[in-house]
Amino acid sequence: MSAAVTPLAYDVARVRADFPILGTTVRGKRLAFLDTAASAQRPLAVIEAVDRYERSSHANVHRGVYELSQNATDAFEGARERVRRFLNASSIKEIVFTRGTTESINLVAQAWGRRLGPGDEILITWMEHHANIVPWQMLCERTGAVLKVAPIDQRGELDLEAFRALLSPRTKLAAFTQVSNALGTVLPIRAMIDAARAVGALTLLDGAQAVAHERVDVRALGCDFYVFSSHKLYGPTGLGVLWAREAVLREMPPWQGGGDMILTVSFAKTTYNDLPYRFEAGTPHISGAVGLAAAIDYLEALGIERVHAHEQGLLARATHALRAIAGLRIIGEAKEKAGVVSFTLEGVHPHDLGTILDDEGVAVRTGHHCAMPVMEFFDVPATARASFGCYTDDADLEQLVYALGRAREVFG
Amino acid sequence: MDLKDLYRDVILDHNKQPRNFGRLDPCDTSADGNNPLCGDRLTLTLRLEGDRVTAIRFEGKGCAISTASASLMTEAVKGKDEAAITRLRDLVHQTLTAHGETTLPPAELGKLAALAGVRDYPARVKCASLCWHTLGAALEHHAQRHADHGPATVSTE
Repeated sequence: MSAAVTPLAYDVARVRADFPILGTTVRGKRLAFLDTAASAQRPLAVIEAVDRYERSSHANVHRGVYELSQNATDAFEGARERVRRFLNASSIKEIVFTRGTTESINLVAQAWGRRLGPGDEILITWMEHHANIVPWQMLCERTGAVLKVAPIDQRGELDLEAFRALLSPRTKLAAFTQVSNALGTVLPIRAMIDAARAVGALTLLDGAQAVAHERVDVRALGCDFYVFSSHKLYGPTGLGVLWAREAVLREMPPWQGGGDMILTVSFAKTTYNDLPYRFEAGTPHISGAVGLAAAIDYLEALGIERVHAHEQGLLARATHALRAIAGLRIIGEAKEKAGVVSFTLEGVHPHDLGTILDDEGVAVRTGHHCAMPVMEFFDVPATARASFGCYTDDADLEQLVYALGRAREVFG
Repeated sequence: MDLKDLYRDVILDHNKQPRNFGRLDPCDTSADGNNPLCGDRLTLTLRLEGDRVTAIRFEGKGCAISTASASLMTEAVKGKDEAAITRLRDLVHQTLTAHGETTLPPAELGKLAALAGVRDYPARVKCASLCWHTLGAALEHHAQRHADHGPATVSTE
């Protein structure tokens, strides 16, 4: 008899049992949750960590000398350290808690962006989420800087040569996504970071769609800013992270004023707190941070690499199954993709598709995915998007395929 | 709640073969409707005698509910004056938003009653009501222009 020397197979049934919501029904049907790219569900470990904190440890942080406040501070700062380890950042000074990816980007645009002036350029790509477009447009409007956009091709891949050609000494920042939320494309971030650094530009990586699916090491990447949201990482909503290299963060003026971000306040002169607190005005989302730390523990216990392999298997099987459906067009066929399949079904508007799928218990996102330029590029008003997480299983895919058949029946 | 109640034959038929599709040129008034969330877009063009609609066409892209609703609307309002249209619009609105109700929609709605299934799908109400908002804007545009004796610009959203 051979011993179990091979690593344990990924047991998705066991993973699913950790997520209470997956046991619920929708319109009397089994829930096939295929919208993880919009927001991931929470495992019991996260729900219970938040619950425990709320029941036994809550008080405001960085304030009281009493034990409860110290407990809350320890929990909150412990979460910061957990995030630091997760990203392999040098110091907790580099970990700023925000409300989410969107706020992290706005923070950079407003605080770091203050140094920009006419003639400076910011380079983004055509497949950015609106959160990585609009803050830069607003910054350009304020400062006279110019926003440049690197094009994509019909497969939904970045035109890397065009990206390189758009870089120049005028480029002060290249801000781009690691994984496209609308197409699933994995961008060639290493080449992009290297190219941007070669002209002296800083780089901001939008990791919202990547961080739960592959290991991130900010020091190895060599970027200057890395941003993500807790709720796409199986943690609570309302919390995000801005990581920035300490030297860059130190040069940035504060953006929001208030409590916690100061050392002393007088009407003559106010002095600001040290990093990272200088960028965290007001009472933070303490329970959210506790939940995020638990989510990171959970994901790392599962093994990000194993989750990634599981999702890649789902992606391959889903792509194969969907391609077999007459009239179905997959939008975004990059060679390297995350667990996201965007598609249209001929003769059925994505919105109608969303309703029919919902009727079969299948939750997918339909719409423009906050990436209107991508929709415009592919000349579609919207797409349906199925996206996968650690708990997605083949039954979810089968339910999706069945529901697409129902849509065909309804629309003939 | 049943899909068949939402996607009734009348709806599917008007989606596949929209009535009064296209653009009136010249026209007396027009308006664009836009549902940015789902990418639905439509343009209405109308001819009027006084405040009575003598001809109406719509053009655009949208889901089955928004296309069928616009198609049914153009049939329903042709020949009606503004007061009758407003009354009809209110009735449609009441029917669309009567979430959870099972009573029959008012007979006055005629073929528009086919949209009653939308009431069980609150996320889809805006699809069905887009054309009516746009019609309201077109008529208001017309009334304003008559009051001001000059061109007016109208944006619906």
